[in-house]
Amino acid sequence: MRSFNRPIWILLAVALVSSLVGCTAPAATTAPAAPAATQPPVAPAAANPVTIHVLTMDQAGLKPAEIDQIVKEFEAKNPDIKVVMEYVSYDNVHDKIVTGMAAKPPAYDAAMIDVIWPDEFIKAGYLLDVTDRVTPQMKSDMFPASWNGVTRNGKVYGMPWIMDVKYFMYNKDMLEKAGISAPPKTWEELVAQAKTIKDKGIVEYPIIWSWNQKEGVVCDYAVLLYGNGGAFLDSNGKPAFNDDKGVQVLTWMKKSIDDGLTNPSSVSSDENAVEANFLAGKSAFAVNWLFQYSDSTDASKSQIVGKAAFAPMPVFDAGAKAGVKGSSVDGSSSFAIMATSPYADQTWKFLTYIASNDVQSRYSAEMLPVWQTDFQGDSLEKLKAATPTNPVTVPAFLSQFPYANERPTVPYYNEGSAALQLAIQEALTGVKSPKQALDDAAAKWVELAKK
Amino acid sequence: MSVLSRSIPKHRLSLRQQDARIAWLLILPSLIVILGVTLWPILSTFILSFFNAPTGINQTRTFIGLDNYTQLIADRTFWETIGRTFYFTVVSVSIELVLGLAIAQLIHSHPWGWQFIRFSLIIPWAVPTIVNGAMWRWIYNADFGALNGLLMQLGLIKHYVPWLTLPEAAMNLVILADVWHTMPFVALILQSALATLPAELDEAAAVDGANAFQRFWQIRLPLLRPAILVALIVRTVDAFRVFDIAYIITAGGPAFKTVTITYLTYLNTFTFGKQGTGAALSFLISIFTILMAFIFIRFLYRPEETQ
Repeated sequence: MRSFNRPIWILLAVALVSSLVGCTAPAATTAPAAPAATQPPVAPAAANPVTIHVLTMDQAGLKPAEIDQIVKEFEAKNPDIKVVMEYVSYDNVHDKIVTGMAAKPPAYDAAMIDVIWPDEFIKAGYLLDVTDRVTPQMKSDMFPASWNGVTRNGKVYGMPWIMDVKYFMYNKDMLEKAGISAPPKTWEELVAQAKTIKDKGIVEYPIIWSWNQKEGVVCDYAVLLYGNGGAFLDSNGKPAFNDDKGVQVLTWMKKSIDDGLTNPSSVSSDENAVEANFLAGKSAFAVNWLFQYSDSTDASKSQIVGKAAFAPMPVFDAGAKAGVKGSSVDGSSSFAIMATSPYADQTWKFLTYIASNDVQSRYSAEMLPVWQTDFQGDSLEKLKAATPTNPVTVPAFLSQFPYANERPTVPYYNEGSAALQLAIQEALTGVKSPKQALDDAAAKWVELAKK
Repeated sequence: MSVLSRSIPKHRLSLRQQDARIAWLLILPSLIVILGVTLWPILSTFILSFFNAPTGINQTRTFIGLDNYTQLIADRTFWETIGRTFYFTVVSVSIELVLGLAIAQLIHSHPWGWQFIRFSLIIPWAVPTIVNGAMWRWIYNADFGALNGLLMQLGLIKHYVPWLTLPEAAMNLVILADVWHTMPFVALILQSALATLPAELDEAAAVDGANAFQRFWQIRLPLLRPAILVALIVRTVDAFRVFDIAYIITAGGPAFKTVTITYLTYLNTFTFGKQGTGAALSFLISIFTILMAFIFIRFLYRPEETQ
């Protein structure tokens, strides 16, 4: 048996050693430890092309095909930098950033940051401080509001990219058929008009919303809440959305479903589903981001080409009386460099390119530029003429954006928003009364604020 | 005699022991690799569950002992989620077992085209879970879904129903999607077990006057016990840990009604950034699944039947 054992021992020893080497090899080839958040390491001289990974959403804003085009242009101008884009739906971006940052080096060198995440991400140390990289010209020529989304305590953490708000869109054709001469100015008027459209048999459910249990429902709620003169937090930072104005809004939302005016599938619809419904001609009124309008003019996606129109977002009667002139929600996003990326310089170069005036004005059909200079004087006329939809979208943007409200900029926003999403869903599905649901959510916010 | 006994070295292993030693040595490299890849993460997650560990690069971890566990056990959402997950597991596995057994019996009786039936069973199982979820989400879609279309054409409903917005129906619809997907697994396990049963037992019982029902209950079913046990344990543990199908079809809605315990773990770890809580949740899930497997084995495993 001894002579039989020896070859087996040798074989096993070889297997063992090779498996151990296989296990440890990856650790040896990863990049060195993460640098301090404000001092990115000097990248090695680009003898070989550097590859950077960028994460963004495939939803509002530019379409992936268009971003790929921009990447090609950039790579042609910068042969030493390769850009690998990754596109996921908006609801997955946050979690992908969190998991990506657990790796060293991080899975992404830059990522799209929604306007509601900077507080959480800055607290977690994910975002690189780029205050020193921002040129005075960028600061003065871009909308000040666009810098709000990435500036905290005087430090800048990203490059503005999209300034988007929710717009009120309606189907001109349907209103005409119903004999309605002008779109509604208040939500109460909307209900009356929707009832007329329904009674005339034009569509079964005239209104469609994105009320599914994701961030989209909080965006819609924000539009309605501020339109009623309410707010998320009071001046002491305590939850105010469960006061009587907030409860009124939630009650109104539920009633519109119960009355058969809001499509019941709104409770499981996100913004893409809202667009699909509106563009199929199944609703007369749809609140959505800018992309819905340009898609409505695309015959391959839309059955209502030429029939969609903008109107200022309505407000509630009570809100109008309280002096609220307009209401929408800010859905802007920016690109941020991840703090532990070893290629901060190259990544900043790419971000400067993709957010540049030139690129943004060429691709302005899906997404209007964040450069206020584009909206002034001759540039404004040029912008309006840049794409077939701009003559309509540019004035809509200029009139709606000033009324964009922010959702709370607190570090616990993600968990708080989840509690609010749950509360709204519970009220809409009849599990709890609107007051009870909002009170429970407010209690959760108070608990989160303590931590 | 004494000469012989002195000449046999005492450290000589018996044949069986030598076989065992070689067996261990052969498994050792893979065992080390598997342990290396899984043991360290399991241990570090276990240790993490005793800390308050917010996600973030510059965040510190503070030791809080059993606080994560006690907070979870005191949280009503945790128990409601466990309840929902149990509901999902029990209903899903029961339906799969009954249907799987029925289809296994059908195939075993070799009707015309039985090979085709067995082959086509693999198709639902081969569909990746994510694809399965996306497919069923479209079937249940309120405006364009196939379910609404079918029921409307059959005259069973007058308006399209927004299925996924109904709090009580949502979980059952997710169960339906899961059953369609994994029932073939149970059916195939049971069918192969049925194929190994001796036909003489059945025939002898028939000769003795037992009817089909008695033959099934008193002869086949007890003989299938080991196979049923395997299917039951595997499916129960898997069903308890379900995540992706709920995530894709309903994203946990409406109003949290389809959030399962693994989904809650995901939410805590990645969306809320509370890694300590997530780690504690994963260990609680493991405790539950080990308990369930233990209960099954305790009540259903009879070693003598496998011989």
